[in-house]
Amino acid sequence: MGFFLETLFGGLMVGMLYSLIAIGFVLIYKASGVFNFAQGAMVLFAALAMARFAEWFPQWFGFESLLLANILAFIAAMAVMIVVAWLIERLALSKLVNQEGITLLMATLGIAYFLDGVGQTIFGNDIYKIDVGMPKEPLMVLQGTFEGGLLLSQEDLVAAAVSAALVVVLAIFFQKTATGRALRAVADDHQAAQSIGIPLSRIWVIVWSVAGFSALVAGIIWGSKLGVQFWWRSKRCRW
Amino acid sequence: MSNRKIGDVILDVQNISLSFGGVKALTDISFNVREHEVRAIIGPNGAGKSSMLNCINGVYWPQQGSITFRGQTFKHMNSRQVAEMGVARTFQNLALFKGMSVLDNIMTGRNLKMKSGLLAQALRWGPAEREELQHREFVEHIIDFLEIQAHRKTPVGRLPYGLQKRVDLGRALAMEPQVLLLDEPMAGMNVEEKQDMSRFILDVNDEFGATIVLIEHDMGVVMDISDRVVVLDYGKKIGDGTPDEVRNNEDVIRAYLGVEH
Repeated sequence: MGFFLETLFGGLMVGMLYSLIAIGFVLIYKASGVFNFAQGAMVLFAALAMARFAEWFPQWFGFESLLLANILAFIAAMAVMIVVAWLIERLALSKLVNQEGITLLMATLGIAYFLDGVGQTIFGNDIYKIDVGMPKEPLMVLQGTFEGGLLLSQEDLVAAAVSAALVVVLAIFFQKTATGRALRAVADDHQAAQSIGIPLSRIWVIVWSVAGFSALVAGIIWGSKLGVQFWWRSKRCRW
Repeated sequence: MSNRKIGDVILDVQNISLSFGGVKALTDISFNVREHEVRAIIGPNGAGKSSMLNCINGVYWPQQGSITFRGQTFKHMNSRQVAEMGVARTFQNLALFKGMSVLDNIMTGRNLKMKSGLLAQALRWGPAEREELQHREFVEHIIDFLEIQAHRKTPVGRLPYGLQKRVDLGRALAMEPQVLLLDEPMAGMNVEEKQDMSRFILDVNDEFGATIVLIEHDMGVVMDISDRVVVLDYGKKIGDGTPDEVRNNEDVIRAYLGVEH
């Protein structure tokens, strides 16, 4: 019974980790009806930015604090993802309004390769680590109930909590706010959305920024478990 | 007859020319629309009617000419701006948000009128909640008006065609438009549905005071409900006037019935 529960929880939490990446896909799909092939690349790109900024900032500005480095790196990485979202809208999506879904899908493939290349050019292609102080030691629980107790990874627990919180926040955003309704409207019909005064360009920047945010969170959690490197995307996140 | 009063020119289209590559869709079209009137644009297939509507709506940007709306003159319109100025439209081939309910579809029409912030809405904070309820009330009024109460929560994709057309109209009405552009509101309908739709259009014109510009194929309907009619053929204007004038215009007869030998 102890082993069963341990495997069950372990499996559930790995599932939550994957859902963290899946949220990004859902977001873009809901708001543009497009399956975003670039989501994996965005996760890697965001994680690379986070890892390198956390490494560079203390050198550039001459401070020691890991916490400060992480906070600044997170803000900078998020800013980078917003710029990426804006560029994607400007250079690709705005040219493809009212086009077939398949056209947009191919565009996201192109974006994926572009992000791969640019990410490695700017941030390098070694293995980098992200250390946001996630607890590494496994947790022993219910030692009284089962022989040997249950072994739970604290890291996975944190990750699961984070992804659950993200899902709830995004669900509220889509179902309960006018902006969420506008996003769903854009997904269904570009032209009609424009006719009622929904600004497509702004909506797309918002959505890709939020997807960038979820990519960043996923990248940080995966990155602090496994380290950040290019093969990691090829192995884990090639969709 | 109704007691509505036709006012001054609200929309003035001057010398519009539009081409796609080498294909001329519209050549030097001018006409105006007066406040509170029902203005029809008719013409055979491919005459450029929808292109004209798309120019007014800001989907197409004409190469020449200008459009004056409520005293302001533009080289071309811009979708967002047009919506803000109070121009709404419906579509020839339904362009509804298929996955969303009737209610949500019509609520999207209130998008521009929503003032409260994202966070306030998400948290259902007092004023934001009140605002949502106000909009909801307005939308319910439209739903009653269009007689689609029973389908409020149905995803629009599942409604029959005639009802989807009503939802399309409802979404446009939710914007409280001053000018309503209708692109073949009765296409593909049976006689009964056409009668219903004509009644809705006249009521919108009457009760909401909206100015209506419509494209329609069914001559009977057009002649019945319009105050003035513009006739296009191969991208050129060949007639403009009251239904009676247009009916007796030789160019129009020729365009519709072919040349006499």
